[in-house]
Amino acid sequence: MSPAIVILGSGLAGISVARELRKLDKEVPLTIVTADDGGFYSKPSLSNALAAGKSAPQLVLTQREALAAQLNVEIRSHTRVTRLLPGEHAVETDGGRLEYRRLVLAFGAQPIRLPIEGSGVGEILSVNSLTDYAAFRARLAGAKRVAILGGGLIGCEFANDLRIAGNDVEVFDLAPQALGRLLPAQAAAFFRTRLEAAGVRFYFDTSIVRVERSEDGLVLTDTQGKNFSADLVLSAVGLKSETELARAVGLKANRGVVTDMLLATSDPDVFAVGDCVELQGLVLPFVLPIMQQARALAKTLTGTPTTVSYPAMPVVVKTPACPTVVCPPPSGAVGTWCEEVEPAGVRALFEDADGKPLGFSLVGEAVKEKQALAAQMPAWL
Amino acid sequence: MKQYQCIVCGYIYDETLGEPEHGIAPGTRWEDVPADWCCPDCGVAKADFEMMVI
Ligand SMILES: Cc1cc2nc3c(=O)[nH]c(=O)nc-3n(C[C@H](O)[C@H](O)[C@H](O)COP(=O)(O)OP(=O)(O)OC[C@H]3O[C@@H](n4cnc5c(N)ncnc54)[C@H](O)[C@@H]3O)c2cc1C
Ligand SMILES: [Zn+2]
Repeated sequence: MSPAIVILGSGLAGISVARELRKLDKEVPLTIVTADDGGFYSKPSLSNALAAGKSAPQLVLTQREALAAQLNVEIRSHTRVTRLLPGEHAVETDGGRLEYRRLVLAFGAQPIRLPIEGSGVGEILSVNSLTDYAAFRARLAGAKRVAILGGGLIGCEFANDLRIAGNDVEVFDLAPQALGRLLPAQAAAFFRTRLEAAGVRFYFDTSIVRVERSEDGLVLTDTQGKNFSADLVLSAVGLKSETELARAVGLKANRGVVTDMLLATSDPDVFAVGDCVELQGLVLPFVLPIMQQARALAKTLTGTPTTVSYPAMPVVVKTPACPTVVCPPPSGAVGTWCEEVEPAGVRALFEDADGKPLGFSLVGEAVKEKQALAAQMPAWL
Repeated sequence: MKQYQCIVCGYIYDETLGEPEHGIAPGTRWEDVPADWCCPDCGVAKADFEMMVI
């Protein structure tokens, strides 16, 4: 018998849908197909696991077998989906063909690669899975100096984690400040000062264009011809939703796989969830949106069509050297940042012309106000 | 006293220890943790989903 529901991908999105589904229906046959090992791990902990001294296997919260039993699902691990066949209600994998009644795409996102040249390019790492983390940790064993490409959320988290673990860390970013548009100027300055005090070195307005392997490490070169040396280069310049398989069969895709408010793609029996989704123009590759999506989708899949709603969802930046919370205003929102700078932190509110708050950023002690401010923000969807 | 684990990130809330840094006194039972409290590690809200008894 073909399983009623097939979920493709076993990241937080795929597993959360399965969990939520099982709260509503214990019996409906459910299969998860994943290129991974299929154990459940917390992806956010990849960027604070070094300081905790954790190896990749130690990050697995639930082993595949236990998860399969707990959720009453079949997990086809180490299986790559090669083609979607929505017309036939089937998918092709490197382990055979599989039919479905309802399909859930939870393919996640892939690291963006910068157009860098040189003999060391093949050695540039990015960390977006447990396997990547294992490789990264193994390579770190003989590495002291780490260069990080990208001073965004994930780049800064790794920078802080690597410092705590005892590495020399340099962060390069094309932007003039850390965390891009998530922080207004004074909050960004505060953040930078704190991370620098912890030993992280930042190079802003700097774009690395070449990485060469030399005898004693890697040599990075920026657009000005300036050289920097490192033992390891970590790229953290952002993620790109995985849309290829959907696009290949004509499912509507833009920056992500485009869905309606029910998370249905342009094929009504194919749904999408997680980092691969674009909903109302929003691609939000974070934990909280995934939880909102998973709960709504589980209801829809069990017969109660339920639209996704997004309250304002602040993101905690895991940089212990400078506690930080960001809750960006909706894109295109018109307003100004008002920053209150104290010695111990900065509280920044993004306000519209009437003084109504639309977003905020908190650094240092100001993070205490996260809950109170989040409650005042307008919902995103 | 019980322990609860966040199913998203593995964070453990121990009733004995509480979470003083986030305003939860030692000895606070899970039921008494405010509804707007959220996981100090990953930000998932208490109401948003269950912590599992371990
Ligand atoms: C280092 C790091 C730190 C982060 N920290 C935070 C944080 O602190 N807070 C926060 O809110 N968010 C954070 N995020 C973001 C958050 O972790 C992600 O939004 C979330 O984990 C994405 O889950 P997902 O299931 O959509 O994707 P993924 O976890 O990428 O899962 C995708 C799944 O699809 C499978 N797959 C892909 N293609 C195929 C195929 N062709 N065939 C079969 N299987 C396939 C993969 O094997 C995998 O199982 C962080 C992300 C990273 C990388
Ligand atoms: Zn958590």
